[in-house]
Amino acid sequence: MTLLHTEGLSVRFRLRDAVVQAVTDLHLRVRAGELLAVVGESGCGKSVLAHALLGLLPANAEVSGHATVDGTDLLHSGEKVLARQIRGRKIGLIPQSPATALTAVRTGRTLLAETLRAHDRDPKTADRVAADAGFDPADLDRYPFQLSGGMAQRLVTALALATDPPLLIADEPTTGLDRPLVDHTLDLLRRRCDNGGAVLLITHDLAAAERVADTVAVMYASRIVEHRPATGVFTEPAHPYTAALLKALPDREFRPIPGHPPMLTALPPGCAFAPRCPRADTTCATPPTGPVACHHPLHTEVAV
Amino acid sequence: MTLQAHAITAGYRGRQVLSEVSLSVEPGETVGLRGPSGCGKSTLVRVLALLHEPTTGHVSLDGTPVTGARHRVPPQIRTRIGLLFQSPRAASDPRLSLTDLIAEPLRATGHPRDTIETRVAELADRTGLTPDLLARQPHAVSDGQLQRACLARALAHRPAYLLCDEATTMLDASTQAHVAAVITEEQHHHNMGVLVVSHDPALLKRWTTRVEELI
Repeated sequence: MTLLHTEGLSVRFRLRDAVVQAVTDLHLRVRAGELLAVVGESGCGKSVLAHALLGLLPANAEVSGHATVDGTDLLHSGEKVLARQIRGRKIGLIPQSPATALTAVRTGRTLLAETLRAHDRDPKTADRVAADAGFDPADLDRYPFQLSGGMAQRLVTALALATDPPLLIADEPTTGLDRPLVDHTLDLLRRRCDNGGAVLLITHDLAAAERVADTVAVMYASRIVEHRPATGVFTEPAHPYTAALLKALPDREFRPIPGHPPMLTALPPGCAFAPRCPRADTTCATPPTGPVACHHPLHTEVAV
Repeated sequence: MTLQAHAITAGYRGRQVLSEVSLSVEPGETVGLRGPSGCGKSTLVRVLALLHEPTTGHVSLDGTPVTGARHRVPPQIRTRIGLLFQSPRAASDPRLSLTDLIAEPLRATGHPRDTIETRVAELADRTGLTPDLLARQPHAVSDGQLQRACLARALAHRPAYLLCDEATTMLDASTQAHVAAVITEEQHHHNMGVLVVSHDPALLKRWTTRVEELI
């Protein structure tokens, strides 16, 4: 069953003297039980995608295309529907930078109890919900400033899981965690999928994506350039960008991709990776399409 | 010739975070520091960077014990240690352009204007920041670009020691490799000692010469 479905989803930010193309023509489908990892460099539009789905974009954003979760329209539903039926109920969000996502003057316990109460659940289960997310219930009475980065991360994870939404969007949920906690968080996400939930994992951590994802969407300069089952992406990347990104990993070649990502205010008409790509030629001036958006993929026979 | 922490006990307002921790970084070497979340790695880095005064124990720089912390430490000692934080956004003044951000430590110590200009251009070139990016403020650049500016700022005084507190954790693989390459190159130039705090075993294995564990 398809839980999340987007078609031609695009997000533009209108600035005084420029237009930022943050997300361009995104076609995604996440089924119940599936964990889709969206990976890519910082500033490629990953988080904007999450915010677009939840209706959390700033006022100067222009969203076009279609997006539905569990049959409900996300882009034209209006604030009331989003607030009462979508956020926390159909889509949970583990936000990026937990330190800023937590209310500074409230303890973990009051935040968690409030969330549980708002969703007609027993606020007394706060301890168990916290423990499930790897947050020590003994620390629930601390204020956010008394938490380390890793502890704050686990608290926002607990808040997102408290309402048990069918689709969970996890925006960089493992940043700043040590290895055992990274594994714990990833296992938690994996387990949700194995129990029939769906997870959209947004991450720059390729190792994390490789560990838990069923499908991977590699994003570069606002577009998805490679969208395939996870197994092939890490062993036989088809898009030159994916290959270059994998080579930069410390346990591979630890070599940066030459050049810089393009500005989202001035994207080239053709392939945005062409200026940094060793395989680029004149055909790359026209935009490539398909599950591997490249005119010269490293592998042509890919499972989609 | 070492940056050394001797039996450091430190904490905040009565809450003790570190107890009797010692660590040393020799010139030219890259030391990894690893430990569970919340074990005091950042506090140890702050103590080593002379930003946080330990309750007992002391830091010595090339054999000379340092007393006090922050502005009580003379600039010629403070500037020998560079620091790169985890979150570049939290570590940069949102009002400054990247050029001013990089120039700040040099201006604060009264370097002449033309020296600063040359040095900023050199650092920007090495960290891969184009003139277009240098004119922008932090809100108009990505985390990776901002962290590269913060790296340029940390290297402005040619520090003898550079402390990286989870400095590449939030960066994508390519930017991480780039930041590490710039630091390694600087190390080859003037034998800088580097401390890398990280949770990533693959990164520590690839980048560092030895790894210390903090419990």
